[in-house]
Amino acid sequence: MAAPLTVLLIVAVTIRAALFRSSLAELIAERVEVVSPITAWKRVVEGLALLDLGVSPYSGDVFHETPLIIYAFHFLVDYAEITFMLADVITAVALYMTVKDYNKQVFRKQKFALEADRYPHDCLELIRSPRKMYYIPLKVAMFYLLNPFTILSCVAKSTCGLNNSVIALFILSTIKGNVLLSAIFLSLATYQSIYPLTLCAPAVLYLMQHQYIPVNFRRVSFWWFIVQYAFMYLGSLFVIISLSFFLLGSWDYLPSVYGFILSVPDLTPNIGLFWYFFAEMFEHFRLFFLCVFQINVFFYTIPLSIKLKEHPVFLIFMQLAVISIFKSYPTVGDIALYMAFLPVWNHLHRFLRNIFLVSCVLLACSALFPVLWHLWIYAGSANSNFYYAITLLFNVAQILLVSDYFYAFLRREHHLTYGLYLKRKDGSEATLILK
Amino acid sequence: MAAYRCSSAAVLVILCSSWVFLVSNSQGTTQAGDHHATAADSPQTAEQTGEQLASEERWEATEVQKAIIDDTESNNPGASAPEIPASVTQPKDDFQEELVIRPLHSGDVYASFQFRTLWETDFMRGNKVSHYRLFPKSLGQVISKFSVRELHISFTQGYWRTMQWGQPFLPSPPGAELWVWFQDSVTDVDGIWKELTNVLSGIFCASLNFIDSTNTVQPSASFKPLGVGNGTAGLAVLLKSEKLFHSSFHSQAVHIRPVCQDWECKTTSWELRQTLNVVFDLHTSGQGKREWSLFKMFSRTLTEACPLASSSKIYIDITDNPQGEQFELSPAPSLLSQAVVMGDRRTFSVYDLTQQVTFGTVRSLNLLIRWRSSDGDMLRPLLHAERYVAGYGLQTGEIHTLMYNNHPYRSFPVLLLDSVPWYLRLYIHTLTVNSKGKDNKPSYIHYQPSKDRVRPHLLEMLVQLPPNSVTEVTVQFERALLKWTEYTPDPNHGFYVGFPCKEESSYFVRIYTEPLLVNLPTPDFSMPYNVICLTCTVVAVGYGSLYNLLTRSFQIEEPSPGLAKRIANIIRKMRGVPPL
Repeated sequence: MAAPLTVLLIVAVTIRAALFRSSLAELIAERVEVVSPITAWKRVVEGLALLDLGVSPYSGDVFHETPLIIYAFHFLVDYAEITFMLADVITAVALYMTVKDYNKQVFRKQKFALEADRYPHDCLELIRSPRKMYYIPLKVAMFYLLNPFTILSCVAKSTCGLNNSVIALFILSTIKGNVLLSAIFLSLATYQSIYPLTLCAPAVLYLMQHQYIPVNFRRVSFWWFIVQYAFMYLGSLFVIISLSFFLLGSWDYLPSVYGFILSVPDLTPNIGLFWYFFAEMFEHFRLFFLCVFQINVFFYTIPLSIKLKEHPVFLIFMQLAVISIFKSYPTVGDIALYMAFLPVWNHLHRFLRNIFLVSCVLLACSALFPVLWHLWIYAGSANSNFYYAITLLFNVAQILLVSDYFYAFLRREHHLTYGLYLKRKDGSEATLILK
Repeated sequence: MAAYRCSSAAVLVILCSSWVFLVSNSQGTTQAGDHHATAADSPQTAEQTGEQLASEERWEATEVQKAIIDDTESNNPGASAPEIPASVTQPKDDFQEELVIRPLHSGDVYASFQFRTLWETDFMRGNKVSHYRLFPKSLGQVISKFSVRELHISFTQGYWRTMQWGQPFLPSPPGAELWVWFQDSVTDVDGIWKELTNVLSGIFCASLNFIDSTNTVQPSASFKPLGVGNGTAGLAVLLKSEKLFHSSFHSQAVHIRPVCQDWECKTTSWELRQTLNVVFDLHTSGQGKREWSLFKMFSRTLTEACPLASSSKIYIDITDNPQGEQFELSPAPSLLSQAVVMGDRRTFSVYDLTQQVTFGTVRSLNLLIRWRSSDGDMLRPLLHAERYVAGYGLQTGEIHTLMYNNHPYRSFPVLLLDSVPWYLRLYIHTLTVNSKGKDNKPSYIHYQPSKDRVRPHLLEMLVQLPPNSVTEVTVQFERALLKWTEYTPDPNHGFYVGFPCKEESSYFVRIYTEPLLVNLPTPDFSMPYNVICLTCTVVAVGYGSLYNLLTRSFQIEEPSPGLAKRIANIIRKMRGVPPL
């Protein structure tokens, strides 16, 4: 398996290196779909320039990345292209190893269940074979590395790629069962952009499963593990935040990074739902809707964790998708991360209801983004509503995609318990409905 | 519209550092000093020759001729020295008026009125000043209430065409400008500033209260206090509004500052200068004839000087017309004067209105200028600047500022101040300064990035302009999408972006460039309800579909009973009978 992965990595790096050299790189770096006010490389360079002028990068409203990023690039700015390619490679390899490990566990569990004769007899066609699962890790790496969204994001040097690799490393260390590393990477991801905070629920669930700790509120071992994990997580978060403070010598970055993410003052168009909504919002409702929209990201964590407590990896996928849809400054790089997980769930395809429609809409929207942007901003023959309409459609398609996978996953689990070909009381063929 | 203010306490240190730069440029400064010295000497000799010839034209004495020189000289303590004995002997308050007329090469006429009030009083002392004579009470109260050290306000319509008209006596930017120095005792500059702008907007009937923190900057090096100085005044009779506003350019300004009374500057008096600068379009008002007179321009002639004025004079700039080949003046001037304005030696014809002989036998003065030839070299201004926005589309752009130095062998240090509103997000790393195709590294850069909806960008640079060159400063920016309520009533017209201003240090000149008109991307203003509904619908779709899957479980669909059966069952339920 190492050889195909190497070939894949070489191909991916070649594509990126070629694009970096081409004239397209500049064009891509300006695209609002690819870079957000937080992740734009131009703003990181601006931050470095301000630092050189002796002005705090956070005294203005141009730079919103975290202090660690700016100090990292203080040394790496000449090797930025290599850094971003490396970040993508790390993400892909981490996802590859994650999925490989996860597949092994899935197969082992399935074997135990089969031996225990837990599956109904007509469910044999739902059983996954190792032969079919063999190429999934490679496909995941391929889905990430060759996804045009990832490539664009990397060529634009969007710092989203770095965030993705931190999240991928977090998932890898969680799957490997390393509690400390998992907490450290999670705190790093949270430090970068608040939202990955919601991933602590699947991490805790998975690690407890890994250590055979029952998820039971009345058990001391459950609470003890939560306290341990929270301690490690908060401890490393504290260390990172204090480190940033000592690097910068002030707390300026807290409002400039996290206040900026939460209060959405910059209304530059992007693929998300926030920009036009808050550009057109009545002033006295702004705070209310801001709270509603931000809570939306965190809101689904608890119900999803309850529903999917046996399947933390699927929960991670769901959380990543929810974050990338409802975050305040989403870019295509965020979408690429959760889309990389789609091959892991390819056994759900028979239960997907509208995958064809959704993929068509996603493709059409991706093509229409630059077209309508051009019509609005450069040609002047369209207005902001055109671009806004496409972002709406794009987000509806993403929501349908995610809920479709969620539906398929739940349905398969149901079938694995109750049998594939269900019968009514009178013996006729039955259809499943949600009630 | 833009405004400037400084807290003197806060910027003192930075000011000192900027002076170091100026001193390092001492070559320029001394040259200017020399230049001035020669200019001051020559009238003396000219005066002698004038008396020897005993002709009608006479040279004026040195003290008085300084009056029209504005603050260009004032930075030089030596330059203002001859005037000081004059101000000591002045009464407690003093009023002078002046009108300077400069025929321009384009055929237009530049008229600059100046009304100067001097008052020996101290607003800052504890006891309230309650008796006002010549000094306006409303302004005096403002000074004492807000602890103002200097106040400069100007309202300008039209753009000063430096290339055609040369340098104005008092530069002012298009729109309104307010800059104030507060006393060191002021601690809350922001609060006082807000109050002051509101008070001034009441006094001047202008929307100065829109000057808030988003368009105000605290420069670190430019807009130094003018401090000790001298000034001018004119003839209120001529100020007829329908004529004045029917002009290519008009700018009215009020300047208040403390002036020294003696060498040691132990006591100061307050100087109020009200100026009005107008450029009349000769071709529209002169019906094609190249002829100009006070009556044609102002529909009035002069019959007397202001009785309150201690000095009342009209100056006509005849530097380019020494032999009278360009235009002809009538009545013929009796007095000549020379002065150094903006580093240029200019010659003026003087009409003293306090002397009856000026009005002649008809008891009225109607100055007439008749052009003889329409050609003639235009004196190109030594320094001028222009700027424009490059790029297309509504996403990004680039501001180009061009600074011209037309001097054949001298280079000038220039302090460039640029204040850009926050909705044009500047990228300072794209800043380039080029002269003669080479990189011209500024020796001093002060940059304060903007804060959204709070304060604008502030960029100050000290650039050396090489002789006979064009220096181009470019910086890229990104256009922000604003909230729909933040746009002006006509958003597709674009936003006026303030001017940068350059200050030349060796002989102080302030030059403003034209304002920029920048378009921003706009949302659709007609559909906030639709946007709120549609976006909320999408969020509800997400919430609904997840909620559906989270709360419900899979069940086998049982065929629903027919309508008749359901109704029967409801009735049976009400009767308490088991259903069918």
